[in-house]
Amino acid sequence: MNKQPAAPASASQSGSFARKLWSRIEPITDYFAWPLRTSHYVELVNPLWASHALQARVEKVWDETRDARTITLRPGVNWRGHRAGQHARLGVPIGGMHYTRTYTISSAPERDDRCITITVKAIAGGRMSHHLVRQIKAGDYLPLGLPQGDFYLPDAQPVRPLFITAGSGITPAMSILRALIAEERLPDTVHIHYAPHEFDVIFGQELRGMAAQHPRYRLHLQLTRELGAASVSANRHFSAEQLDALCPDWRDRDVYACGPQSLLQALETHWQQAGLSRRLHVERFRAAYADVPADAVGGRVRFGKSQVVAQADHLTPLLRVAEDAGMNPPHGCRMGICHTCDTRLLSGCVRDLRTGKLLNEVGATVQTCICAAAGDCELDL
Amino acid sequence: MNAHTLPIDHLNEAQVDEFGREMDAIYDEVMASRGDRDRRYILKVIRTQRSLAVIGRFVIYAGLFFLPAWGHALASWWATLAIMGLGTAMLGVAKILENMEIGHNVMHAQWDWMKDPNIQSNTWEWDTMSPSDRWMHSHNVVHHTWTNVVGKDLDVGYGIMRVTAMQKWHPAYLLQPISFVLLMLLFEEGVALHEQAIDDHMRGRKTYAEIKPVLAHIGRKVWRQVVKDYMAWPAAAALIAIPISFFVPWSPWAVFGMVAAANAIANVMRNIWTFTIIFCGHFPAGVHNFTKAQVEGETRARWYLRQLLGSCDIQGSALFHVMAGNLSHQIEHHLFPDMCSNRYPEVAPRVRALAARYGLPYNTGSLTRQFGTTWLKNLRLAFPGGGAPGSLTA
Repeated sequence: MNKQPAAPASASQSGSFARKLWSRIEPITDYFAWPLRTSHYVELVNPLWASHALQARVEKVWDETRDARTITLRPGVNWRGHRAGQHARLGVPIGGMHYTRTYTISSAPERDDRCITITVKAIAGGRMSHHLVRQIKAGDYLPLGLPQGDFYLPDAQPVRPLFITAGSGITPAMSILRALIAEERLPDTVHIHYAPHEFDVIFGQELRGMAAQHPRYRLHLQLTRELGAASVSANRHFSAEQLDALCPDWRDRDVYACGPQSLLQALETHWQQAGLSRRLHVERFRAAYADVPADAVGGRVRFGKSQVVAQADHLTPLLRVAEDAGMNPPHGCRMGICHTCDTRLLSGCVRDLRTGKLLNEVGATVQTCICAAAGDCELDL
Repeated sequence: MNAHTLPIDHLNEAQVDEFGREMDAIYDEVMASRGDRDRRYILKVIRTQRSLAVIGRFVIYAGLFFLPAWGHALASWWATLAIMGLGTAMLGVAKILENMEIGHNVMHAQWDWMKDPNIQSNTWEWDTMSPSDRWMHSHNVVHHTWTNVVGKDLDVGYGIMRVTAMQKWHPAYLLQPISFVLLMLLFEEGVALHEQAIDDHMRGRKTYAEIKPVLAHIGRKVWRQVVKDYMAWPAAAALIAIPISFFVPWSPWAVFGMVAAANAIANVMRNIWTFTIIFCGHFPAGVHNFTKAQVEGETRARWYLRQLLGSCDIQGSALFHVMAGNLSHQIEHHLFPDMCSNRYPEVAPRVRALAARYGLPYNTGSLTRQFGTTWLKNLRLAFPGGGAPGSLTA
């Protein structure tokens, strides 16, 4: 997930000339602004013009479902434009503290107002998703990272995509579909989307509208729950028979999948058995964890610098342990890709939850967001 | 070196420990209650300070358009100087806010808990000649750990003054009333040179080669400050004077000098103010100093006691406290150096009551009382002796 694609030329000619000129002037005006930079004063006028830190203004909030909200953001001038399907890091101050999470951009890069949208679903116990869905209002400014990620359709060879998404996993697929339609190069596409019931489908109306308008786009909504019924109808979940019925030519298609861990695991197994793993492209909202051996135990975690000691089990990431103990260590993506949370292991042993590998050399770099305690350990936090 | 008798002998070990626990409880309670309100406060102060600084500098420029040489109806020396004076005052206030309520406190890691990448102690640089990392060492590490320990805390007299009778008299101290005034005017430069490494070199503990990198580091910071205040802003102002230079040929030079002078006055304003507040923190009458032996094997509770006995508060209005960077709550700042400064006013009455319950002194007074006794002590201690019980310098 660290390939950086070239930015599409989003800025107009005059805009880029002004920016080039400003980039020449700024080093000179910085002598006047020392020890700050010119940008710190520009920020007073408009935070979106600042160059020392990228921010975005919330332009609009819109409820997609009862617990999912689309937030329209206007990024600052240093935003470089994304590829449909990519994600970006977003910061939010909650209770005075700065938190960061990664969200998929659900809008197409072709939007002509230079805005982007993210669609956030409030998850139970999710501090930041709750804050974003319920508290954020138009006019707020939020720190934003540059777009990242390699979950996008190739430009070069034509693909016949099959999208398999569930819940808020629709977001990258939505961005890709919107982009393909805006570019008028929508290929023969099949989309299987799982959602609880018909009023709980994020972008439901737009998806149905697209299916009605574009015969090359075939949408199969799989509603896993009857309205009013409490139980889940298990036969609506992913299965080999269902796939054969909905998309008989799945072996010839490139699959782009995004959704909960259980779905992605089922897909990986299925495509592996068919010997077609190469054709399956998966976007995860959290890192896939390896199986932890049954004999794994947690332990006492000591955070050396903050002199905090906490008890941790063998499954909870150390970052979470630290946060539950009242600390707020540096962190970014919380899925092991950005290395903002890196710290040093001072003693003991931790387990990388993605690989199941044990880390026990003193001084080893520990990514706290995806490592859990494996016995007692001490971290340089 | 004869030690003070400290007013803590009425407390036994268990009582001292309980005092420490009560102090911890205040700290923990306030630290746990930090939140949005505090974040809004510091962002507002930073925004206000930056706006004030940039507007102040442009008001100084605006004054230049009223020079008599422009020949328009409003042009006069009076108008020029009045407007430039206003701009200088704004810039001076901005520099005071930047150094005290923002710079000093951010570099104390008071705002690190926000995890805001733009407001972190380890990346902050401030608008003064002392480089932030060197200052953080001499201040956070040396001064705050060894507060008022004679021979350990460099801030006891800053190596040039005798501020307690515990320091041995030397004929050089006869000049200290003069160094007092000089340091007041050149406090910024003094702080830049107030450096453990330089002190070590003076005492022959380090060679020049060893401290050279530190001096180069300080030199770079000083140079950037000089470029900004005495070259860049005045030179850009001189461009404004080009039209009138056809009538008054030397006007660009005059304008350069005027803007440089305005910036210098703003810097000196800040120097006098910070000097005053900081000297009132540890030097007024009634403050206690300590020997190395007295802090041997000190517990956390006894460390609290030392901070309480070694610091002084200044009374004043809410605005006064903000302008003082809340260092007018020096006792609270020394007890809880990493607590965000906007909380000191609410902590102060609790600390004062706690001290009263344990029969401990709490040194607070008006700015006049605190600065007056600081100055009188400075005069008295220029001469040998001092420290008689019941006297100003006791």
